[in-house]
Amino acid sequence: MIYAEILAGGKGTRMGNVSMPKQFLPLNDKPIIIHTIEKFLLNVQFEKIIIASPKEWINYTNDIINKYIDNRERLVVIEGGEDRNGTIMNGIKYVEDTFGLMDDDIIITHDSVRPFITHRIIEENIQYGLEFGAVDTVISAIDTIVESEDGESISHIPVRDFMYQGQTPQTFNMKMLKEHYSSLSSEQKAILSDACKICVLKGEKVKLVTGEVFNIKITTPYDLKVANAIIQERINHD
Amino acid sequence: MINQVYRLVSPRQFEVTYQDHSLKSDMIVVRPTHLSICNADQRYYTGSRGKEAMAKKLPMALIHEGIGIVVYDPKGEFAHGTKVVMVPNDPTEEDPIIAENYLRSSRFRSSGYDGFMQDYVFLKRDRLVEIPEDMNPYVAAFTELITIAMHSITRFESRSHKRRNTFGVWGDGNLGFIMALILKKKYPESKVIAFGKTQYKLDRFSFVDESHLIDEIPDSVEIDHAFECVGGLGSQYAINQSIDFIVPEGSISILGVSEYPVEINTRMVLEKGITMIGSSRSGRNDFQNTVNLYKEYPDIVDYFSTLIGEVQTVTSIQSIIEAFEKDLTSSWGKTIMEWKI
Repeated sequence: MIYAEILAGGKGTRMGNVSMPKQFLPLNDKPIIIHTIEKFLLNVQFEKIIIASPKEWINYTNDIINKYIDNRERLVVIEGGEDRNGTIMNGIKYVEDTFGLMDDDIIITHDSVRPFITHRIIEENIQYGLEFGAVDTVISAIDTIVESEDGESISHIPVRDFMYQGQTPQTFNMKMLKEHYSSLSSEQKAILSDACKICVLKGEKVKLVTGEVFNIKITTPYDLKVANAIIQERINHD
Repeated sequence: MINQVYRLVSPRQFEVTYQDHSLKSDMIVVRPTHLSICNADQRYYTGSRGKEAMAKKLPMALIHEGIGIVVYDPKGEFAHGTKVVMVPNDPTEEDPIIAENYLRSSRFRSSGYDGFMQDYVFLKRDRLVEIPEDMNPYVAAFTELITIAMHSITRFESRSHKRRNTFGVWGDGNLGFIMALILKKKYPESKVIAFGKTQYKLDRFSFVDESHLIDEIPDSVEIDHAFECVGGLGSQYAINQSIDFIVPEGSISILGVSEYPVEINTRMVLEKGITMIGSSRSGRNDFQNTVNLYKEYPDIVDYFSTLIGEVQTVTSIQSIIEAFEKDLTSSWGKTIMEWKI
């Protein structure tokens, strides 16, 4: 089975002084997270689309889903975890408790604040997730990446041709990820904030899917301005 | 939901734009799977539509021939994954006399409003027709072109006299091939003659009774009704030639689009009492009739499959451009884009 998990566990501090987490802020008059959920709803391959929300925002999430989406049978809202990986693991636990975990089951995890995702990116995540067991969505690095260990001076400049910027979705064989995650110590769990990194450290091959420059993550007021601008720039010929 | 729309912004240049849509509407959502390039799209892509038309109509998503699968139906009448052909004509009113594709108020995709080059296409309930599950998708992709021929035959049948011993089809391109083939299927007892400029193209018309190069037509040839499938400046020669070979009181159906006015030998139109029938685009009924035709004559789909030219998998704007460029250099058949962007 193929599952999706929309990661909306964060409470977002970078958006500044706003009244609610960033995934609920309006993008063209509709909460960002609703745009993202709608895009996943249009993929017929998902058995269930799990939305992981902070505990105190679960009611709110359900309310806005009811307001904007008619057919919500494939949607379920669960509580997010302590951190990103904890949230993903909660999604896997939900699947295990509700449907049972099969060897081939995969989960496509996606940031709720990346509403510009396309059909192709989701499709390729599914295709390669089934084939490779782990997938990361990336775009080629545009800027030169500079590494500094002390924050004062450059320690290393990697070759840009080998550098990519990580986006989402990230896709995992659920049994595999669960196994690797549970083998980590608490200290390791605290450091390894990226689930793909866990897979890499455990020797799994993580397949790359090409993202899109416009598959942006809306985390700052600037991002939200950009996102609203690119929707509204359309010239209406209808 | 934010829908990506891939628009032509100037000749040979596409850009992605974003449109906000709500699923809380009565529109059916279709994911395009196979899109077919039409000459009309190429006229925009290459910029040959002329400065004024380009300025008026761009930016615009191209493509009005295509199929897809239903991914969302608010009423649940179409199951998820149902294969459908999309109808590009979009009427805004009904008229008891005038067909939907002739109403001036109708909108047509990839001619003034966005075509099918989108992540998802939002369609009114009557703007899609289910196709057989096992249908060749590359043929199904250019169903719209086949509906053009079906539509003109419907018009011909209601407007012409009943003696239909010989049909003449001018044009050895895709539409001429489709027209001649459907005529032969619908009128197996009638003689179908193809007229064209290029021998190797005419050689593809294996099912016709006769074919002639346009400068080698024997004087003995006579036709009851003609179908012009040439277009451009060539349509002038085709129409005038059909006037010469037609038996009095016959009909000439004109299908070829020309950017420029063409001169017609009206003296002979009058003397022979010829009925000229203009025909353009098609409507929902023509799509339904065409799907019925596929079911009634499965072998016709195999004939149509010989029209599949280039197939290009599209995953990026660059590969859209490659598909259009390949189509420009292709001498025969339709270019199909496997829409995986």
